[in-house]
Amino acid sequence: MAKRRKKSCVSYTKWGYIFLIPFFLVYIVFSLIPLVSVFYNSLFENYRAGLKQIGPNFVGFNNFKILLTSSELLTFAKNTIVIWLIGFIPQLLISLLLAAWFANMRLRIRAVGFFKGVIYMPNLIMASAFSMLFFTLFSDNGPVNDLLIKMGILDQPFRFLSDVGGTRGLIALMNFLMWFGNTTILLMAGILGIDATLFEAAEVDGATQFKAFRLITLPLLRPILVYVLITSMIGGIQMFDVPQILTNGSGNPNSTSKTLIMYLNQHLYSKNYGMAGALSVILFILTGILSLLVYFSITKRREKRWG
Amino acid sequence: MANRRPIKIKPIIVHIVLILLTILCLFPFYILIINSSRYHPDIQKGFSFLPGRAFLYNFNNLLADPNLPVLRALRNSFIISASTAILSTYFSTMTAYAIHAYEFRGRKAIFTFILMIMMVPGQVSALGFVNLVRRMKLMDNFIPLIVPAIAAPIVFFFIKQYMENSLPMDIVEAARIDGAHEFRIFNTIIIPITKPAIAVQMIFTFTSSWNNYFIPSLILNDAKRKTLPILIAQLRSADFLKFDLGKVYMMIALSIFPVIIVYIFLSRSIIQGVAIGSVKG
Repeated sequence: MAKRRKKSCVSYTKWGYIFLIPFFLVYIVFSLIPLVSVFYNSLFENYRAGLKQIGPNFVGFNNFKILLTSSELLTFAKNTIVIWLIGFIPQLLISLLLAAWFANMRLRIRAVGFFKGVIYMPNLIMASAFSMLFFTLFSDNGPVNDLLIKMGILDQPFRFLSDVGGTRGLIALMNFLMWFGNTTILLMAGILGIDATLFEAAEVDGATQFKAFRLITLPLLRPILVYVLITSMIGGIQMFDVPQILTNGSGNPNSTSKTLIMYLNQHLYSKNYGMAGALSVILFILTGILSLLVYFSITKRREKRWG
Repeated sequence: MANRRPIKIKPIIVHIVLILLTILCLFPFYILIINSSRYHPDIQKGFSFLPGRAFLYNFNNLLADPNLPVLRALRNSFIISASTAILSTYFSTMTAYAIHAYEFRGRKAIFTFILMIMMVPGQVSALGFVNLVRRMKLMDNFIPLIVPAIAAPIVFFFIKQYMENSLPMDIVEAARIDGAHEFRIFNTIIIPITKPAIAVQMIFTFTSSWNNYFIPSLILNDAKRKTLPILIAQLRSADFLKFDLGKVYMMIALSIFPVIIVYIFLSRSIIQGVAIGSVKG
């Protein structure tokens, strides 16, 4: 009997592997093989100069050397970081504030569902269409300029897309609008997960609401804050649709809003496979490190919950 | 008693801030509705808070434009997004079930592996992906935009979380005793139980595929095969001043509003889905 049972057990585990086949087959074909070929491509000189095809010639790590010593990569990395920061800092602060408010039953906020629904909505909007919308709204003769002039705030149209701060600010504003609702909901779920007796005890001890927030909520929220921070950094590295559409791929004014993925896209379109490969490898390493951090932050939280 | 006063003022401030943020979120879409219903000369004259009467005019005008095959793009976007949503959730549920229900060797290692690749963005392998698709002769085909969604680590992770809380193995044991085949158990028992998580993930995969621009723009070149985001980019790169603005706003509205309309009905469960992913994560 015992033997039979064992046998049936084995035949069940077989199904575990069978059910994993579609995932791994597709992953290997459409992700792993392309990734390996990206590494391979990064070691070759392979581009078009006019009508002439150069390469592919094996050049070792030369593409990386060119990329890392050129000022371009550094500039575009800096652009990406600056735009990300302008959007992310207000996003985190406002999300924290809103999450604390939504989780505070005593504020008796009306229509919480409505507000949550509204602030999350931009997250689902097509980024390219949203960016096109902002392009028309903030164009020189667009509705925003018209409104600002009518209200007497401006004398003449402000040319948002010819101004470094204007363009970067618009991209950051869109990123902010698209992500602050999402972050608020994540943080709020985190705050609601905190043991309510802690807050009651703090109140008995005479702590103010702000003090309770600083000394109880923030420290206990740290794992989720770390998760939000790193996933947002990964999202920041991926920034593409919004600046690409807003600036029509140019990253103007003067390439100050060109991001890393826009740079990659440019190499992909001009069929400079060596450079595109090397840039992809660098981005893979960056996102890989950040992904590992996300992995550890997730597993740490899981252990905490179950351990 | 001294404590009561600030509590009364604070809710007012809270509500004012919330209303301001609501206006900030909705205002762009408000102008979008207004301007997509106005004639081009009126839009150029300046801003208006009231809608015009050109909604149908702009709509017909847009559909008649041979350079912007919008209906075609709507159809293409829908085919790709719907297939992606179905395949991605079905096979992610299957993968999650494999990890959740079977005690096979290497299970933990595989789970760790999937978690680790979860956050690596698709853009970094785009070069290899496009070259592979070219070699497979699948350029201008929807298959390379649909099939890769079968391996969706994030969808897998959400559904796995859901199973941990709501899929008791006793049910599976009972079905096995009744002689049900493992594959049948999966289709007739596991899928229905996991339905709430699948529904939420379907919405997410549908919208992310609907909104996707980077990879489709590298794969689809044929005008008949283009999706909405590619048309939007095309609209942006065309000479803007020559364009009928009513048409431009209508094109943006057509890309955005299908998602908003669905969202209005499902926002509750969508927001719950986001929150579940966070707490359980």
